Amino acid sequence: MNGTALRVRALRKSYGDVIAVDGLDLEVREGECFGLLGPNGAGKTTTIEICEGLLDAESGTVELLGQTWKHHAAELKQKLGMQLQETQFTDKLTVRETVRLFGSFYRHPRGVDETIAMVQLESKAGSRVGQLSGGQKQRLAMAVALVGDPEFFFLDEPTTGLDPQARRQVWDLVEGFKASGRTILLTTHYMDEAERLCNRVGIMDRGRIIALDTPRGLIASLGAEHVIEFAAGEGQRGPDAAALRRLEGVRAVHSSDGHFQLHVEHLHAAVPMVLAELDAQGVTLAELRTHSATLEDVFVSLTGRHLREE
Amino acid sequence: MKSERRDRPLPQLALVRMLEFLREPEAIFWTFGFPVLLAAGLGIAFRNKPADIVNVAVVAGQRQSAQVATWLRGDKALHVDVMPEEKANLALRTGGIALVVLPSGDGGVTWRYDDTNPDGRAARLLADDALQRAAGRRDVVPIFEDRDRAPGSRYIDFLLPGLLGMNMMGDGMWGIGFGIVDARRRKLLKRLIASPMSRAEYLLSYLLSRIVILTTEIALIGGFGTLVFGVPFRGSFIVFALICAITGFTFSSMGLLVASRVNTIEAVSGLMNLAMLPMWVLSGVFFSSSRFPGLVQPFIHALPLTAAVDALRTNMLQGGGVQAVGVELAILSVWLVVSFTVALRIFRWR
Repeated sequence: MNGTALRVRALRKSYGDVIAVDGLDLEVREGECFGLLGPNGAGKTTTIEICEGLLDAESGTVELLGQTWKHHAAELKQKLGMQLQETQFTDKLTVRETVRLFGSFYRHPRGVDETIAMVQLESKAGSRVGQLSGGQKQRLAMAVALVGDPEFFFLDEPTTGLDPQARRQVWDLVEGFKASGRTILLTTHYMDEAERLCNRVGIMDRGRIIALDTPRGLIASLGAEHVIEFAAGEGQRGPDAAALRRLEGVRAVHSSDGHFQLHVEHLHAAVPMVLAELDAQGVTLAELRTHSATLEDVFVSLTGRHLREE
Repeated sequence: MKSERRDRPLPQLALVRMLEFLREPEAIFWTFGFPVLLAAGLGIAFRNKPADIVNVAVVAGQRQSAQVATWLRGDKALHVDVMPEEKANLALRTGGIALVVLPSGDGGVTWRYDDTNPDGRAARLLADDALQRAAGRRDVVPIFEDRDRAPGSRYIDFLLPGLLGMNMMGDGMWGIGFGIVDARRRKLLKRLIASPMSRAEYLLSYLLSRIVILTTEIALIGGFGTLVFGVPFRGSFIVFALICAITGFTFSSMGLLVASRVNTIEAVSGLMNLAMLPMWVLSGVFFSSSRFPGLVQPFIHALPLTAAVDALRTNMLQGGGVQAVGVELAILSVWLVVSFTVALRIFRWR
């Protein structure tokens, strides 16, 4: 069964003069993990909170599991698992007490200990929340999202602020949800996270989805698998971008603040040609790097800006 | 595997409230320990002594100093010291004595005292009486004395209902206000309403936990007052319980109102103090509110703490029934309904 779990049409929301979500359309299929990727302020959280029923849209429709917030709020809440940004659970309660409290709100909750085991917090079940590390607190948030045995998960920046090991533990959990056939909508500004977890990714910028495909498809849309980055030495005039673009195998050239980014098909062929061209132009390099193309490069190629720019 | 016995949300929410409270040692002290200490301290400071002894000083070195001192010692309520004038004046200024007696050469005396100080006036009257009698004055009107020292008319009897009311106010408002603002600040409130939790049950869980805490607190303070100081409970227990219940709900609703939109602990602390300060000062917890000018009396009587304290005193000290505290209960009920309605209307869940 591969119907549509979430259908969003022409969604709009503004705060004063700032348009947070600007006519957004989105479909999430049953059983897939869909990622909203974008920089801070792109409108990801506003979008996900409207889908979660926490915010009202100005216009547009949200249909979730065939139901709407207006008519089926109580039923929808029973079927959703959520992890919000910045939730701090009560420090004085233990992990078990917190999960048990949230479990009591659902008609068909999972067992408390079973839920805690799913997020691997068994050894901390009797500890106060105040004593948990950041990664453990995030896994508690996951347990609270899981305890109602939901069909659909909303995860809003689930790994922001976590160390690499804690991030991997959260990723393992999300992959577990996927394997169990649940649908997931997650937001992130980490491209590696979106590439690893998501079946499809919508790249968001300024309240709109500007590209939507599988991570592979988005990277392939660059027409080039590899990226060469370089910067000219201090006090030099920049190289002639047009000449670089004419080189064989170079698909695109982006520059900002003296930093150049070239999307190329074959690294081994392109690097000698680029260096020879720069030499011919009399440009010496301050730095030179190459990497395989990522969603970050897709974002730069679409917007001319980097994801992490505030 | 599903859990076999499902937890109910309301008992879980109430349990969590109680656990949060019990795991906060400071909260336990301020709720239970502090009021008992306060009652003990004030009860001892203002206890009824067999008869208040007033300290007076006779200035030494005058011709009649020794004679005047002997005459004054004829009244057991006076403690008389003879000392140099400078030392006596210093003692008067620092409150060590209430009256300086300055014998003059011609057989008369000068009373030196602060006429705005009740002790000073009492000392002057006692000393004057002792001196004139010793010198041979006879009373023209025959006087008979009937001393009534029954419990109920002492300061501790007046104070204890006031302390009960003040604690119900403080705990009702803080207990609800702090918990809700803290949950909102932590964005926990937002997470809770994202779940299928009932908002009414959430608020109800605060009231339920307050009832448990309030009952314990009233039993402690009331029990302490009765056992240690013999404070009377003359009224019906049911009326007493009714007054406490309405008072508790009223201040809980006011706490809900104060916390309904605030995001930070600092802001809610300020608002709480703003709401409670007039009542601490005006509502007659420590001294009778009738001491304030007549112009502000209607305002004072409209305050919920005044109504609560007056109703408790009427019930405990005078044994008044429901009719006797009807006005006070009505005032409290208006505050209860208005606060609760407004709070629910303007409440911010995120």
